[in-house]
Amino acid sequence: MINEEFDAIVIGAGMSGNAAAYTMASDGLKVLQLERGEYPGSKNVQGAIMYANMLEKIIPDFRDDAPLERHLVEQRLWVMDESSHTGIHYRSEDFNEVKPNRYTIIRAQFDKWFSRRVREAGATVLCETTVTELVRDDKGKVIGVGTDRAGGAIYADVVVLAEGVCGLLGTRGGLRKMLTPEAVALAVKEMHFLPEEVIEQRFGVKGSEGCVIEAVGTISHGMAGLGFLYTNKESISLGIGCLVSDFTAKMESPYALLDALKNHPSIRPLIAGSEVKEYAAHLIPEGGYKAIPQLFGDGWVVVGDAAQLNNAIHREGSNLAMTSGRIAAEAIIQVKKRHDPMTKRNLALYKTMLDESFVVKDLRKYKDMPALLHNNAGNFFTTYPRLMSEAAQNFMRVDGTPKIEKEKATTAAFIKARSRLGLVSDAIRLALAWR
Amino acid sequence: MTNPVTNLRVEDKLYQNRYLVDSGRPHIRVRPHEQPSANLLALTRVCPAKCYELNDKGQVEITADGCMECGTCRILCETSGEIEWNYPRGGFGVLFKFG
Repeated sequence: MINEEFDAIVIGAGMSGNAAAYTMASDGLKVLQLERGEYPGSKNVQGAIMYANMLEKIIPDFRDDAPLERHLVEQRLWVMDESSHTGIHYRSEDFNEVKPNRYTIIRAQFDKWFSRRVREAGATVLCETTVTELVRDDKGKVIGVGTDRAGGAIYADVVVLAEGVCGLLGTRGGLRKMLTPEAVALAVKEMHFLPEEVIEQRFGVKGSEGCVIEAVGTISHGMAGLGFLYTNKESISLGIGCLVSDFTAKMESPYALLDALKNHPSIRPLIAGSEVKEYAAHLIPEGGYKAIPQLFGDGWVVVGDAAQLNNAIHREGSNLAMTSGRIAAEAIIQVKKRHDPMTKRNLALYKTMLDESFVVKDLRKYKDMPALLHNNAGNFFTTYPRLMSEAAQNFMRVDGTPKIEKEKATTAAFIKARSRLGLVSDAIRLALAWR
Repeated sequence: MTNPVTNLRVEDKLYQNRYLVDSGRPHIRVRPHEQPSANLLALTRVCPAKCYELNDKGQVEITADGCMECGTCRILCETSGEIEWNYPRGGFGVLFKFG
Protein backbone atom coordinates (compact mmCIF):
# COMPACT_ATOMS: atom_id res chain seq x y z
CA MET A 1 0.00 0.00 0.00
CA ILE A 2 2.73 2.45 0.99
CA ASN A 3 5.90 1.87 -1.01
CA GLU A 4 7.71 5.03 -0.01
CA GLU A 5 10.31 4.95 2.71
CA PHE A 6 10.11 7.47 5.52
CA ASP A 7 12.64 9.21 7.71
CA ALA A 8 10.46 8.42 10.70
CA ILE A 9 7.26 6.57 11.56
CA VAL A 10 5.40 7.81 14.62
CA ILE A 11 3.01 5.32 16.22
CA GLY A 12 0.14 7.11 17.91
CA ALA A 13 -1.45 10.57 17.67
CA GLY A 14 -1.62 11.56 21.32
CA MET A 15 0.37 14.32 22.98
CA SER A 16 3.81 12.72 22.64
CA GLY A 17 3.25 11.41 19.11
CA ASN A 18 1.90 14.72 17.86
CA ALA A 19 4.78 16.62 19.45
CA ALA A 20 7.32 14.27 17.84
CA ALA A 21 5.64 14.24 14.41
CA TYR A 22 5.20 18.03 14.39
CA THR A 23 8.81 18.71 15.41
CA MET A 24 10.30 16.36 12.84
CA ALA A 25 7.98 17.39 9.99
CA SER A 26 8.63 21.08 10.72
CA ASP A 27 12.32 20.42 10.25
CA GLY A 28 11.69 18.85 6.85
CA LEU A 29 11.84 15.18 7.77
CA LYS A 30 9.56 12.84 5.89
CA VAL A 31 7.19 11.63 8.61
CA LEU A 32 4.39 9.07 8.63
CA GLN A 33 2.14 9.01 11.67
CA LEU A 34 -0.16 6.05 12.28
CA GLU A 35 -3.22 6.23 14.56
CA ARG A 36 -5.61 3.38 15.31
CA GLY A 37 -8.60 5.62 16.11
CA GLU A 38 -11.11 6.93 13.59
CA TYR A 39 -9.69 10.40 14.22
CA PRO A 40 -6.81 11.64 16.37
CA GLY A 41 -8.08 11.81 19.94
CA SER A 42 -10.78 9.19 19.59
CA LYS A 43 -8.84 6.78 21.82
CA ASN A 44 -7.29 9.36 24.11
CA VAL A 45 -8.45 10.21 27.62
CA GLN A 46 -7.12 12.82 30.00
CA GLY A 47 -8.50 14.95 32.89
CA ALA A 48 -7.48 17.32 31.33
CA ILE A 49 -5.12 20.17 32.24
CA MET A 50 -2.67 21.36 29.61
CA TYR A 51 0.43 23.32 30.55
CA ALA A 52 1.15 26.15 28.15
CA ASN A 53 4.91 26.38 28.54
CA MET A 54 5.56 22.91 27.11
CA LEU A 55 3.28 23.46 24.14
CA GLU A 56 4.75 26.92 23.49
CA LYS A 57 8.12 25.27 22.97
CA ILE A 58 6.56 23.28 20.13
CA ILE A 59 3.86 25.59 18.71
CA PRO A 60 4.50 29.14 20.05
CA ASP A 61 1.28 30.59 18.59
CA PHE A 62 -1.01 27.76 19.75
CA ARG A 63 -3.34 30.21 21.52
CA ASP A 64 -4.44 31.58 18.12
CA ASP A 65 -6.53 28.57 17.19
CA ALA A 66 -6.17 25.71 19.70
CA PRO A 67 -9.45 24.63 21.32
CA LEU A 68 -8.81 25.70 24.92
CA GLU A 69 -11.57 25.51 27.51
CA ARG A 70 -10.68 27.70 30.53
CA HIS A 71 -7.45 29.15 31.88
CA LEU A 72 -7.00 28.30 35.54
CA VAL A 73 -7.15 31.03 38.16
CA GLU A 74 -8.00 28.84 41.13
CA GLN A 75 -6.83 25.50 42.43
CA ARG A 76 -8.43 23.73 45.38
CA LEU A 77 -6.64 20.87 47.10
CA TRP A 78 -9.08 18.99 49.28
CA VAL A 79 -8.76 16.33 51.94
CA MET A 80 -12.13 14.64 52.27
CA ASP A 81 -13.85 12.34 54.70
CA GLU A 82 -17.38 10.98 54.38
CA SER A 83 -19.13 14.26 55.20
CA SER A 84 -16.55 17.01 54.85
CA HIS A 85 -13.64 18.49 53.02
CA THR A 86 -10.70 20.44 54.43
CA GLY A 87 -8.92 22.44 51.83
CA ILE A 88 -6.18 24.71 50.66
CA HIS A 89 -7.43 27.05 47.97
CA TYR A 90 -5.15 29.18 45.91
CA ARG A 91 -6.61 31.81 43.63
CA SER A 92 -4.72 34.68 42.13
CA GLU A 93 -5.48 37.52 39.77
CA ASP A 94 -1.90 37.00 38.56
CA PHE A 95 -3.19 33.97 36.63
CA ASN A 96 -5.27 36.35 34.50
CA GLU A 97 -2.30 37.10 32.27
CA VAL A 98 -1.91 37.68 28.55
CA LYS A 99 -0.43 34.23 28.12
CA PRO A 100 -1.96 32.05 30.85
CA ASN A 101 0.03 29.15 32.26
CA ARG A 102 -2.57 26.37 32.50
CA TYR A 103 -5.74 25.54 30.61
CA THR A 104 -8.39 22.88 30.81
CA ILE A 105 -8.85 21.11 27.50
CA ILE A 106 -11.04 18.39 26.00
CA ARG A 107 -8.68 15.89 24.49
CA ALA A 108 -10.71 14.65 21.52
CA GLN A 109 -11.04 18.26 20.33
CA PHE A 110 -7.53 19.33 21.24
CA ASP A 111 -5.94 16.31 19.57
CA LYS A 112 -7.82 16.97 16.33
CA TRP A 113 -6.39 20.50 16.32
CA PHE A 114 -2.87 19.29 17.12
CA SER A 115 -3.11 16.70 14.36
CA ARG A 116 -4.18 19.35 11.85
CA ARG A 117 -1.05 21.31 12.78
CA VAL A 118 1.00 18.13 12.30
CA ARG A 119 -0.41 17.68 8.79
CA GLU A 120 0.14 21.35 7.97
CA ALA A 121 3.77 20.88 9.02
CA GLY A 122 4.05 18.27 6.27
CA ALA A 123 3.59 14.91 7.98
CA THR A 124 1.38 12.19 6.52
CA VAL A 125 -1.22 11.12 9.08
CA LEU A 126 -3.01 7.83 8.57
CA CYS A 127 -5.90 7.04 10.92
CA GLU A 128 -7.88 3.81 11.39
CA THR A 129 -4.60 1.94 11.21
CA THR A 130 -3.51 -0.31 14.04
CA VAL A 131 0.19 -1.13 14.02
CA THR A 132 0.47 -4.85 14.69
CA GLU A 133 4.22 -5.44 14.71
CA LEU A 134 7.64 -3.90 14.54
CA VAL A 135 9.63 -5.06 11.53
CA ARG A 136 13.31 -5.81 12.18
CA ASP A 137 16.32 -6.64 10.04
CA ASP A 138 18.44 -9.75 10.64
CA LYS A 139 20.48 -7.91 13.27
CA GLY A 140 17.36 -6.97 15.25
CA LYS A 141 17.29 -3.29 14.26
CA VAL A 142 13.76 -1.91 13.93
CA ILE A 143 13.34 -0.89 10.28
CA GLY A 144 9.59 -0.42 9.98
CA VAL A 145 6.13 -1.53 11.03
CA GLY A 146 3.40 -3.92 9.97
CA THR A 147 -0.23 -2.76 10.19
CA ASP A 148 -3.71 -4.26 9.98
CA ARG A 149 -4.15 -2.68 6.56
CA ALA A 150 -3.44 -4.70 3.44
CA GLY A 151 -0.18 -4.03 1.66
CA GLY A 152 2.61 -5.19 3.91
CA ALA A 153 5.28 -3.45 5.89
CA ILE A 154 6.13 0.26 5.84
CA TYR A 155 9.79 1.21 6.28
CA ALA A 156 11.56 4.08 8.01
CA ASP A 157 14.97 4.96 9.42
CA VAL A 158 13.51 5.26 12.90
CA VAL A 159 10.25 4.36 14.66
CA VAL A 160 8.93 6.62 17.43
CA LEU A 161 6.76 4.57 19.79
CA ALA A 162 4.15 7.01 21.09
CA GLU A 163 1.70 4.19 21.60
CA GLY A 164 0.34 5.22 24.99
CA VAL A 165 0.19 3.59 28.37
CA CYS A 166 -0.76 0.10 27.15
CA GLY A 167 2.20 0.00 24.81
CA LEU A 168 1.46 -3.34 23.18
CA LEU A 169 4.19 -3.11 20.56
CA GLY A 170 6.97 -2.30 22.99
CA THR A 171 6.01 -4.90 25.59
CA ARG A 172 5.35 -7.64 23.02
CA GLY A 173 8.45 -6.70 21.08
CA GLY A 174 10.58 -7.15 24.20
CA LEU A 175 11.61 -3.49 24.33
CA ARG A 176 10.25 -3.04 27.85
CA LYS A 177 8.45 -4.98 30.54
CA MET A 178 4.73 -5.18 31.05
CA LEU A 179 3.35 -2.65 33.55
CA THR A 180 2.66 -4.11 36.98
CA PRO A 181 -0.64 -3.47 38.84
CA GLU A 182 1.27 -1.53 41.54
CA ALA A 183 2.74 0.87 38.97
CA VAL A 184 -0.42 1.93 37.22
CA ALA A 185 -3.66 3.64 38.21
CA LEU A 186 -7.08 3.16 36.65
CA ALA A 187 -9.05 6.38 36.39
CA VAL A 188 -12.69 6.80 35.39
CA LYS A 189 -14.26 10.07 34.38
CA GLU A 190 -17.59 11.53 33.36
CA MET A 191 -18.31 14.64 31.31
CA HIS A 192 -21.06 16.63 33.03
CA PHE A 193 -22.61 19.32 30.87
CA LEU A 194 -24.02 22.51 32.39
CA PRO A 195 -24.75 25.97 30.98
CA GLU A 196 -21.72 28.27 30.96
CA GLU A 197 -23.33 30.76 33.37
CA VAL A 198 -24.12 28.00 35.89
CA ILE A 199 -20.47 26.95 35.96
CA GLU A 200 -19.41 30.58 36.36
CA GLN A 201 -21.80 31.09 39.29
CA ARG A 202 -20.95 27.87 41.08
CA PHE A 203 -17.20 28.35 40.90
CA GLY A 204 -17.06 32.13 41.09
CA VAL A 205 -15.35 32.56 37.74
CA LYS A 206 -16.07 34.75 34.72
CA GLY A 207 -15.23 34.70 31.03
CA SER A 208 -12.68 32.01 30.33
CA GLU A 209 -11.49 31.73 33.95
CA GLY A 210 -11.50 28.24 35.39
CA CYS A 211 -11.20 26.38 38.66
CA VAL A 212 -9.98 22.88 39.48
CA ILE A 213 -10.43 20.71 42.54
CA GLU A 214 -8.18 17.78 43.35
CA ALA A 215 -9.02 15.64 46.34
CA VAL A 216 -7.72 12.76 48.42
CA GLY A 217 -9.29 11.04 51.37
CA THR A 218 -11.92 8.48 52.17
CA ILE A 219 -13.32 8.92 48.65
CA SER A 220 -10.75 6.31 47.55
CA HIS A 221 -11.97 3.76 50.15
CA GLY A 222 -8.52 3.24 51.65
CA MET A 223 -6.80 2.86 48.29
CA ALA A 224 -4.05 5.13 46.97
CA GLY A 225 -6.10 7.44 44.78
CA LEU A 226 -7.11 10.91 43.68
CA GLY A 227 -10.42 12.53 42.78
CA PHE A 228 -10.61 15.50 40.44
CA LEU A 229 -13.07 18.06 39.16
CA TYR A 230 -12.04 20.34 36.29
CA THR A 231 -14.18 23.13 34.87
CA ASN A 232 -14.45 23.35 31.10
CA LYS A 233 -16.39 26.00 29.19
CA GLU A 234 -19.73 24.21 29.26
CA SER A 235 -18.90 21.05 31.12
CA ILE A 236 -17.24 19.63 34.19
CA SER A 237 -14.80 16.71 34.00
CA LEU A 238 -15.29 14.67 37.16
CA GLY A 239 -13.26 11.58 37.89
CA ILE A 240 -11.35 9.41 40.29
CA GLY A 241 -8.41 7.06 39.95
CA CYS A 242 -6.71 4.48 42.18
CA LEU A 243 -3.90 1.97 41.78
CA VAL A 244 -4.93 -1.16 39.88
CA SER A 245 -3.32 -3.32 42.59
CA ASP A 246 -5.55 -1.67 45.21
CA PHE A 247 -8.73 -2.03 43.12
CA THR A 248 -7.89 -5.71 42.71
CA ALA A 249 -7.02 -6.43 46.35
CA LYS A 250 -10.19 -4.70 47.56
CA MET A 251 -12.44 -5.93 44.74
CA GLU A 252 -13.70 -2.36 44.32
CA SER A 253 -15.57 -1.14 41.24
CA PRO A 254 -14.33 2.13 39.79
CA TYR A 255 -17.82 3.23 38.71
CA ALA A 256 -19.13 2.70 42.26
CA LEU A 257 -16.32 4.89 43.55
CA LEU A 258 -17.19 7.57 40.99
CA ASP A 259 -20.88 7.45 41.90
CA ALA A 260 -20.00 7.79 45.58
CA LEU A 261 -17.86 10.83 44.75
CA LYS A 262 -20.75 12.35 42.79
CA ASN A 263 -23.00 11.89 45.81
CA HIS A 264 -20.53 13.37 48.29
CA PRO A 265 -22.14 16.41 49.97
CA SER A 266 -19.19 18.59 48.90
CA ILE A 267 -19.39 17.56 45.22
CA ARG A 268 -23.07 16.95 44.63
CA PRO A 269 -24.17 20.62 44.60
CA LEU A 270 -21.39 21.46 42.12
CA ILE A 271 -22.72 19.08 39.47
CA ALA A 272 -26.44 19.26 40.28
CA GLY A 273 -28.66 19.26 37.21
CA SER A 274 -25.89 18.29 34.81
CA GLU A 275 -26.27 16.07 31.78
CA VAL A 276 -23.64 13.33 31.44
CA LYS A 277 -22.53 12.86 27.87
CA GLU A 278 -19.60 10.48 28.21
CA TYR A 279 -18.04 7.95 30.56
CA ALA A 280 -14.38 7.16 30.00
CA ALA A 281 -11.67 5.03 31.58
CA HIS A 282 -7.92 5.11 31.17
CA LEU A 283 -4.71 3.86 32.77
CA ILE A 284 -2.13 6.27 34.18
CA PRO A 285 1.50 5.22 34.71
CA GLU A 286 2.35 5.80 38.38
CA GLY A 287 5.67 4.01 38.80
CA GLY A 288 7.69 7.22 38.52
CA TYR A 289 11.45 7.42 38.06
CA LYS A 290 12.16 3.81 39.00
CA ALA A 291 9.70 2.53 36.41
CA ILE A 292 11.20 4.38 33.41
CA PRO A 293 12.08 1.66 30.89
CA GLN A 294 14.81 1.52 28.25
CA LEU A 295 14.05 4.62 26.16
CA PHE A 296 15.93 3.92 22.93
CA GLY A 297 17.40 1.13 20.83
CA ASP A 298 18.46 0.27 17.31
CA GLY A 299 15.96 2.06 15.12
CA TRP A 300 13.51 3.09 17.86
CA VAL A 301 12.72 5.48 20.69
CA VAL A 302 9.79 5.45 23.12
CA VAL A 303 8.05 8.61 24.41
CA GLY A 304 5.15 9.73 26.62
CA ASP A 305 2.96 7.36 28.63
CA ALA A 306 4.46 4.36 26.84
CA ALA A 307 7.74 5.36 28.50
CA GLN A 308 5.84 5.81 31.81
CA LEU A 309 6.81 9.48 31.91
CA ASN A 310 4.18 10.71 34.34
CA ASN A 311 4.56 12.79 37.49
CA ALA A 312 1.93 11.35 39.80
CA ILE A 313 2.60 13.78 42.64
CA HIS A 314 1.98 16.88 40.53
CA ARG A 315 -0.58 15.15 38.32
CA GLU A 316 1.44 16.07 35.25
CA GLY A 317 1.48 13.73 32.28
CA SER A 318 0.70 15.39 28.98
CA ASN A 319 3.44 18.00 29.42
CA LEU A 320 5.99 15.25 30.03
CA ALA A 321 4.56 13.46 27.00
CA MET A 322 4.82 16.52 24.76
CA THR A 323 8.30 17.33 25.98
CA SER A 324 9.62 13.78 25.55
CA GLY A 325 8.12 13.69 22.05
CA ARG A 326 9.77 16.99 21.15
CA ILE A 327 13.14 16.01 22.62
CA ALA A 328 13.12 12.60 20.90
CA ALA A 329 12.38 14.39 17.63
CA GLU A 330 15.20 16.89 18.19
CA ALA A 331 17.62 14.07 18.90
CA ILE A 332 16.55 12.27 15.73
CA ILE A 333 16.95 15.50 13.74
CA GLN A 334 20.51 15.90 15.06
CA VAL A 335 21.47 12.33 14.19
CA LYS A 336 19.93 12.78 10.74
CA LYS A 337 21.79 16.06 10.10
CA ARG A 338 25.08 14.34 10.90
CA HIS A 339 24.12 11.68 8.32
CA ASP A 340 24.59 9.07 11.03
CA PRO A 341 22.54 5.85 11.19
CA MET A 342 19.67 5.55 13.72
CA THR A 343 21.54 3.09 15.91
CA LYS A 344 21.16 2.54 19.63
CA ARG A 345 24.47 4.32 20.21
CA ASN A 346 23.39 7.41 18.26
CA LEU A 347 19.83 7.52 19.62
CA ALA A 348 21.22 7.53 23.18
CA LEU A 349 21.33 11.28 22.55
CA TYR A 350 17.57 11.31 23.27
CA LYS A 351 18.10 9.99 26.80
CA THR A 352 21.01 12.36 27.42
CA MET A 353 18.82 15.31 26.42
CA LEU A 354 15.81 14.03 28.39
CA ASP A 355 17.92 13.53 31.54
CA GLU A 356 18.82 17.22 31.34
CA SER A 357 15.18 18.31 31.07
CA PHE A 358 12.58 18.83 33.80
CA VAL A 359 10.99 15.53 32.76
CA VAL A 360 13.58 13.24 34.33
CA LYS A 361 14.71 15.73 36.98
CA ASP A 362 11.16 15.97 38.39
CA LEU A 363 10.62 12.23 38.31
CA ARG A 364 13.95 11.65 40.06
CA LYS A 365 12.97 14.10 42.82
CA TYR A 366 9.94 12.00 43.72
CA LYS A 367 11.48 8.60 43.07
CA ASP A 368 10.46 7.23 46.51
CA MET A 369 6.93 8.65 46.61
CA PRO A 370 5.09 5.91 44.66
CA ALA A 371 6.25 3.19 47.07
CA LEU A 372 5.54 5.33 50.14
CA LEU A 373 1.96 6.10 49.10
CA HIS A 374 1.31 2.57 47.90
CA ASN A 375 2.56 0.98 51.14
CA ASN A 376 0.77 3.43 53.44
CA ALA A 377 -2.48 3.99 51.57
CA GLY A 378 -4.61 3.32 54.66
CA ASN A 379 -2.88 6.03 56.68
CA PHE A 380 -2.48 8.70 54.03
CA PHE A 381 -5.85 8.26 52.34
CA THR A 382 -8.16 7.32 55.24
CA THR A 383 -6.71 7.82 58.75
CA TYR A 384 -5.23 11.27 58.27
CA PRO A 385 -8.16 12.69 56.29
CA ARG A 386 -10.54 11.59 59.09
CA LEU A 387 -8.25 13.08 61.74
CA MET A 388 -8.01 16.36 59.84
CA SER A 389 -11.77 16.59 59.58
CA GLU A 390 -12.20 15.84 63.30
CA ALA A 391 -9.56 18.41 64.23
CA ALA A 392 -11.12 21.11 62.04
CA GLN A 393 -14.60 20.43 63.32
CA ASN A 394 -13.40 20.36 66.92
CA PHE A 395 -11.69 23.71 66.36
CA MET A 396 -14.70 25.37 64.74
CA ARG A 397 -17.62 23.98 66.69
CA VAL A 398 -18.43 26.20 69.70
CA ASP A 399 -20.02 24.05 72.40
CA GLY A 400 -18.84 25.25 75.80
CA THR A 401 -15.85 22.89 75.94
CA PRO A 402 -12.79 24.79 77.18
CA LYS A 403 -10.28 25.34 74.32
CA ILE A 404 -7.51 23.62 76.24
CA GLU A 405 -9.60 20.44 76.41
CA LYS A 406 -10.40 20.67 72.70
CA GLU A 407 -6.71 20.85 71.84
CA LYS A 408 -5.93 17.92 74.12
CA ALA A 409 -8.68 15.89 72.45
CA THR A 410 -7.28 16.58 68.98
CA THR A 411 -3.73 15.65 70.01
CA ALA A 412 -5.01 12.51 71.71
CA ALA A 413 -6.96 11.51 68.58
CA PHE A 414 -3.80 11.74 66.41
CA ILE A 415 -1.74 9.75 68.92
CA LYS A 416 -4.43 7.13 69.35
CA ALA A 417 -4.74 6.64 65.60
CA ARG A 418 -1.05 6.54 64.70
CA SER A 419 0.98 6.57 68.01
CA ARG A 420 3.68 9.15 68.69
CA LEU A 421 6.28 7.07 66.90
CA GLY A 422 3.95 6.51 63.94
CA LEU A 423 3.29 10.23 63.54
CA VAL A 424 6.98 11.10 63.63
CA SER A 425 7.92 8.29 61.28
CA ASP A 426 5.14 9.22 58.78
CA ALA A 427 6.35 12.83 58.80
CA ILE A 428 9.99 11.85 58.31
CA ARG A 429 9.23 9.35 55.54
CA LEU A 430 7.08 11.88 53.73
CA ALA A 431 9.73 14.57 54.06
CA LEU A 432 12.47 12.24 52.80
CA ALA A 433 10.44 11.09 49.81
CA TRP A 434 9.50 14.68 48.96
CA ARG A 435 13.03 15.99 49.16
CA MET B 1 -32.41 20.09 43.45
CA THR B 2 -32.21 16.38 42.76
CA ASN B 3 -29.40 15.17 40.68
CA PRO B 4 -30.52 12.97 37.80
CA VAL B 5 -27.06 11.61 37.05
CA THR B 6 -26.25 9.71 40.23
CA ASN B 7 -26.73 6.01 40.87
CA LEU B 8 -26.75 5.15 37.20
CA ARG B 9 -25.95 1.59 36.27
CA VAL B 10 -22.74 1.16 34.32
CA GLU B 11 -24.78 -0.06 31.34
CA ASP B 12 -26.49 3.33 31.26
CA LYS B 13 -23.16 5.12 31.49
CA LEU B 14 -21.81 3.17 28.51
CA TYR B 15 -24.94 4.01 26.55
CA GLN B 16 -23.64 7.62 26.40
CA ASN B 17 -20.52 6.47 24.57
CA ARG B 18 -19.93 5.91 20.88
CA TYR B 19 -18.67 2.54 19.71
CA LEU B 20 -18.03 0.90 16.38
CA VAL B 21 -18.24 -2.77 17.28
CA ASP B 22 -16.28 -5.17 15.09
CA SER B 23 -18.98 -7.85 15.03
CA GLY B 24 -17.73 -11.39 15.40
CA ARG B 25 -14.14 -10.25 16.07
CA PRO B 26 -13.85 -9.52 19.80
CA HIS B 27 -10.48 -7.98 20.67
CA ILE B 28 -10.35 -9.69 24.07
CA ARG B 29 -10.84 -13.39 24.76
CA VAL B 30 -10.93 -15.31 28.04
CA ARG B 31 -9.15 -18.67 28.03
CA PRO B 32 -11.52 -21.53 28.91
CA HIS B 33 -11.10 -22.45 32.56
CA GLU B 34 -12.69 -24.49 35.33
CA GLN B 35 -12.23 -21.94 38.09
CA PRO B 36 -11.04 -18.35 37.68
CA SER B 37 -7.87 -17.13 39.40
CA ALA B 38 -8.12 -14.29 41.93
CA ASN B 39 -7.11 -11.71 39.31
CA LEU B 40 -9.56 -13.02 36.71
CA LEU B 41 -12.34 -13.06 39.26
CA ALA B 42 -11.44 -9.49 40.30
CA LEU B 43 -12.16 -8.31 36.76
CA THR B 44 -15.88 -8.86 37.39
CA ARG B 45 -15.56 -5.94 39.83
CA VAL B 46 -12.59 -3.93 38.58
CA CYS B 47 -13.33 -3.66 34.83
CA PRO B 48 -14.70 -0.11 34.51
CA ALA B 49 -17.07 -1.17 31.71
CA LYS B 50 -18.25 -4.29 33.57
CA CYS B 51 -17.38 -6.41 30.54
CA TYR B 52 -16.56 -9.43 32.72
CA GLU B 53 -19.28 -11.48 34.37
CA LEU B 54 -19.59 -14.80 36.14
CA ASN B 55 -21.69 -17.47 34.43
CA ASP B 56 -23.76 -20.18 36.17
CA LYS B 57 -20.73 -22.46 36.43
CA GLY B 58 -18.66 -19.86 38.24
CA GLN B 59 -16.50 -19.15 35.18
CA VAL B 60 -15.64 -15.66 33.97
CA GLU B 61 -17.01 -14.61 30.59
CA ILE B 62 -16.45 -11.44 28.60
CA THR B 63 -18.65 -9.33 26.38
CA ALA B 64 -16.23 -6.76 25.02
CA ASP B 65 -18.74 -4.52 23.20
CA GLY B 66 -18.66 -1.79 25.89
CA CYS B 67 -14.88 -1.99 26.37
CA MET B 68 -13.15 1.39 26.72
CA GLU B 69 -9.76 -0.19 25.89
CA CYS B 70 -8.18 0.95 29.15
CA GLY B 71 -6.03 -2.17 29.46
CA THR B 72 -6.67 -2.94 33.14
CA CYS B 73 -7.57 -6.56 32.42
CA ARG B 74 -4.46 -6.95 30.32
CA ILE B 75 -2.28 -5.74 33.21
CA LEU B 76 -3.94 -8.26 35.53
CA CYS B 77 -4.43 -11.33 33.36
CA GLU B 78 -2.37 -11.30 30.16
CA THR B 79 0.92 -12.50 31.66
CA SER B 80 -0.78 -15.57 33.13
CA GLY B 81 -2.35 -16.33 29.76
CA GLU B 82 -5.89 -16.17 31.14
CA ILE B 83 -6.88 -13.53 28.65
CA GLU B 84 -5.74 -12.62 25.16
CA TRP B 85 -5.79 -8.87 24.54
CA ASN B 86 -5.38 -6.93 21.34
CA TYR B 87 -6.37 -3.51 20.13
CA PRO B 88 -9.48 -3.59 17.94
CA ARG B 89 -8.85 -3.26 14.22
CA GLY B 90 -8.14 0.28 13.09
CA GLY B 91 -11.23 2.49 13.36
CA PHE B 92 -13.20 0.01 15.50
CA GLY B 93 -13.90 0.04 19.22
CA VAL B 94 -14.63 3.00 21.46
CA LEU B 95 -14.71 6.46 19.88
CA PHE B 96 -14.39 9.14 22.54
CA LYS B 97 -16.21 12.36 21.66
CA PHE B 98 -14.54 14.23 24.50
CA GLY B 99 -11.95 11.90 26.03
